[in-house]
Amino acid sequence: MVVNCEQVWQEVSNYLDGEVSPGLRAAIEAHVSGCQQCAAVVNGTRNVIELYGDERMLEVPLGFSQRLHRRLDANLPVRNLQSSDRRSFLGWMVAAAAACLVLGSLEVARSSALRRPPLRSAMAQPGGGVPPELAVVVSENGKLFHLAGCGFIHEKDKLRILTAAVAQREGYTPCVRCLGKYLDTA
Amino acid sequence: MPERLISLEPPANQSDSKFDEATLLRRVLAGENDLFYQLIRPYERRVYAAAFAILRNEADAEDVAQEAVLKAFKHIRQFRAEAKFSTWLIQITVNEARMRRRKAHASLMEPLVDRPDEEGNYTPRDFADWREIPSETLERKEVRLKLAEALAQLGQIYREVFVLRDMQHLSIDETARALGISTASVKTRLLRARLMLRDLLAPGLGGAWSMSGNLSFEKGAKPW
Repeated sequence: MVVNCEQVWQEVSNYLDGEVSPGLRAAIEAHVSGCQQCAAVVNGTRNVIELYGDERMLEVPLGFSQRLHRRLDANLPVRNLQSSDRRSFLGWMVAAAAACLVLGSLEVARSSALRRPPLRSAMAQPGGGVPPELAVVVSENGKLFHLAGCGFIHEKDKLRILTAAVAQREGYTPCVRCLGKYLDTA
Repeated sequence: MPERLISLEPPANQSDSKFDEATLLRRVLAGENDLFYQLIRPYERRVYAAAFAILRNEADAEDVAQEAVLKAFKHIRQFRAEAKFSTWLIQITVNEARMRRRKAHASLMEPLVDRPDEEGNYTPRDFADWREIPSETLERKEVRLKLAEALAQLGQIYREVFVLRDMQHLSIDETARALGISTASVKTRLLRARLMLRDLLAPGLGGAWSMSGNLSFEKGAKPW
């Protein structure tokens, strides 16, 4: 049997897979031994198969397996606490702990964001009962906020008018004389 | 004698399973869902690779791979022992990926090499000779990247066959079953895929990739 170049090219795949008859195989090998082009085709195709067939070519994204298992954890019905169920349980525990940490951090962040500045008066208590939109008066260096006209306002030449809510955010506390009716301790 | 002697089974060190596949299957069917993890572990990378071969997008491939594994679990009672579990799993993956691809109308973006008809003979275009490429070359990420880029240039039908047959080492029959095509089509597409890849890679690999580190895909000087 004699084969030409085109026949070699059409059979190169079957030849490399060992799926040609002994006669055709011998004919291809005889041709390739004397044909530089066909030798290049056969050798190159063999290289393609060997290179791509390497396990290293089957790369997966980092963390693929873990994400797949997490998806399974979330979707497979749990029968009992065996191996991966335990792992799943532990995973959930870790996740719950992480969630607590995150929530805790958020709470801390939230509370610090809402936290009032230190009270200007070390002895004073914030006045929670004062209507937040109530217009009040503060003096620049004072510690209390007052209703306009209160006799206990200091530094009357350096007054600002603002709402009770803003005054409390700035650390002022209510005057027990003029705002006593809003305060539990009054 | 075949020149390729590549095991169709996953390497032993890929799996830490305590049981053989048949035992795992039987026990999963009996309700031990936790053993499903062991059952699919040797094939996780293959599932992803099959999805990626069709979708060519990491995020989509990963999502489809997860969907396929979940689907395999849900329908595991439909698995018939005359087929290999891996082939069945890949078949599910291929179907899932094709559905995803259809939904995304990705076929509109297929490269031109998808279109030549399968009936005509493929003529090699590049006759640069290759010396043997040592497998150590694959340690280099840029080499793997170039191989992946060349693979991405193949048309869909060729890439599917090539990935299942030459990268996942399914047999011709298994590839045909997984893709729902005839064995003759598998052989035709496989021949074309291999020759096209050789043409795409020959200038680089046939030159001095492994010797000088030159990864250029520009045409090299041919010996004739």
